[in-house]
Amino acid sequence: MSSAGGGEALVALERVSCAYGSQPVLLDVDLRLAAGQFSGVVGPSGSGKTTLLKAIMGTTRPVAGTVRRRPGLTTSYVPQVDTVDWSFPVTVGECVLMARTAGRRLPWPSRAERAEVAEVLERLGIAELVGRHIRELSGGQQQRMFIARALLARPQLLLMDEPTSGVDVKTRHEVLHLLDDLNGDGLSIVVTTHDLNGIAAHLPHVVCLNREVIGAGPPREVLTAEVLERTYGATMEVLEHGGMPVIVDHYRSADNVVRMRRAR
Amino acid sequence: MDQLLAPFEFEFFRNGLAVATLAGALCGLIGVYVVLKGMSYIGHGLSHAIFGGFAASALLGVNFFLGAGAWGVASALMINGVTRRRVIGADAAIGVITTASFALGLALFALFGGAGGSFDAALFGSILGVAAGDVWVVAAVTVLAAAVVFLRYRALLFTTFDPEVAEVSGVPVARVDALLMLVLAASILATMRVLGVTLIAATLVIPASVARMLSDSFTRMLVLATAIGAVCGFVGMNLSYHLDVQSGPTIVLVGATVFAAVFLASGGRRRHRRAGLDEHVGDHGRPALVPSAAPSAGGPGDRLARG
Repeated sequence: MSSAGGGEALVALERVSCAYGSQPVLLDVDLRLAAGQFSGVVGPSGSGKTTLLKAIMGTTRPVAGTVRRRPGLTTSYVPQVDTVDWSFPVTVGECVLMARTAGRRLPWPSRAERAEVAEVLERLGIAELVGRHIRELSGGQQQRMFIARALLARPQLLLMDEPTSGVDVKTRHEVLHLLDDLNGDGLSIVVTTHDLNGIAAHLPHVVCLNREVIGAGPPREVLTAEVLERTYGATMEVLEHGGMPVIVDHYRSADNVVRMRRAR
Repeated sequence: MDQLLAPFEFEFFRNGLAVATLAGALCGLIGVYVVLKGMSYIGHGLSHAIFGGFAASALLGVNFFLGAGAWGVASALMINGVTRRRVIGADAAIGVITTASFALGLALFALFGGAGGSFDAALFGSILGVAAGDVWVVAAVTVLAAAVVFLRYRALLFTTFDPEVAEVSGVPVARVDALLMLVLAASILATMRVLGVTLIAATLVIPASVARMLSDSFTRMLVLATAIGAVCGFVGMNLSYHLDVQSGPTIVLVGATVFAAVFLASGGRRRHRRAGLDEHVGDHGRPALVPSAAPSAGGPGDRLARG
C-alpha cells in the first residue's frame, strides 16, 4: 500500500526492504512524503519504525528497493531523549550549536551563530535556558532543545523518533502543538509513536507499520479495527469521539481476554 | 630547597621532567574524550596492545617509534573497527586483540630479550633513558593533539555527545573516531616509556575525571584536565627521583591523591547537584513533571486533527 500525500514529494520509498544481518526489518515499503506533510508512523516494538526513519535519512541502506530524495533536501533528526548522557558537560546553547559543525573551524561561536541560537531558542520558548546545564532541563525542555538543535540546521524535513515517549500528558500536548506550529510554518514532519490515542489520532496523516506498510492516510480512514489488528496482531476496538477515532485495546486486562474468548 | 632543586642539575632529569609534564598534559587532554565517550577500557587495551609492537621492534632492532607506531596504528584502527561492528561484544573483542598483543610482547621478551631495563621501563615507566629527542617527540604529539582538538573541536564534541545525530547531521563520525584513536595511539606511544603501558590508562582517566568533578563546562574541562595532568606529571616525576620509585607509579599516585581529595571535597556539591536533578526549571515556572493521567482523545491536541 502506498501513501499518497498531496504536493511535491520530498522523499519517495519504492519497494524498500531493510535487514539487519539475515533478519528482515522492512519489507517492500512504498511511501511518499509530500512537502508540508505531518505524518505519524505507528506500530508495535520491532515493527521497523526507527529503521524506516533511518532509511528516509539514508543512514540505513536498503537491501532492496530505492529511496529517492528531492535534490538538495535538508533533513534533521531528533532522537529519543534517553539516547544521550544528560550529565554531559554542555549547556543548552552549546548543545544547540552542535548542529553547526560544518563550515566554521573555530571552537567558539561567531556573533551571528550566537544570535541564531538565541532566535531558535526564543522561538521554542526556552530562550532563558541558553546558559543552563542540560541536566537541569525537564522532559519537555529536553525535547525542545533537541528540536532547537534540529531547526538550527534549517531542515525542510524533520524526523523524530518517539518524541513523546516517557513524557507526561501536559508535555506531550505541548510537544504536539509545537510540532503543529512548525508544520504550519511549512516544515514537513515525520514522527514515530506507539501512542495511538495521544498522538497518532491527532495527526493529519498516519502510517501503520509492521515490517510492511499496512495502511497510510488520514487517521479516520486508516485507524480501523482491521488495519490495527494486522499492525499490532491484537484485537482493538475503534470508537468515535468528537469526530475522532479512539482506540480501545482489549488486551489490556486479563478479564477482557477471558471475556473475548467466551464471546467467540 | 637545595635538595628539591638538586636533580635539576642533571640533564636526564630535566628531560624526564619535561616529558612527564608534557605527557601528563597530553594524556589529560585526550583523556577528556576517553572518559566522556566511556572508552577508558580502550585506552587501557590500546596501551597493552602497543607493548607487543614495542617488544617486536626492540628485538628486531627497528626504530621504536616506527615499529611500535605501526603496531599501535594497526591496533587502534582494528579496535575502532571492532567497536563499530557488533559481531561480538566490543569489550570482549578488544580484550582479545589487546591482551593477545600484550602477551605476545611478554613472550617475545621472555624468549629473546630477557627482563632488561627497557622491558621494565615499558611496563612501569622510567626516567632513565629519556633522551632529548624524546622531549621533542612528546612535544610534537602534544602540539598535534592540541591542533586536532582545536581544529576539529565541534566535530569531536558532537561525535562524543551524540554520534547518531552527528552522523545524520553530516559529521563523518567514523573518520572522527578513527582520528581520535590515532591521536590516542600516538599519545600512548610517545608517553609509554615514562608512564609505562600498565599505568597509562590511569593518566588518561584521572585528570579528566577530576576535571569533570570540578566543572560542568566542556571547554573548562579540557583546560582543567590538561593542567591537572601536567601538574601530576611534574610532581610525580620529582617524587619519582626523591623516593627512588619508577615514574609511572608516582605520577599515577599523585593523580589518585588529587582525585581522592577532589572527590571528598566535592561530595557536598555533588549531593546538591543530584538534588537539583529533581528541581527542573519548569516550563512555566512550575515543576515540569506532573502526575501522568490516562491518555484521552480529547484535549488540546484535537486541533491537530485536520485530516
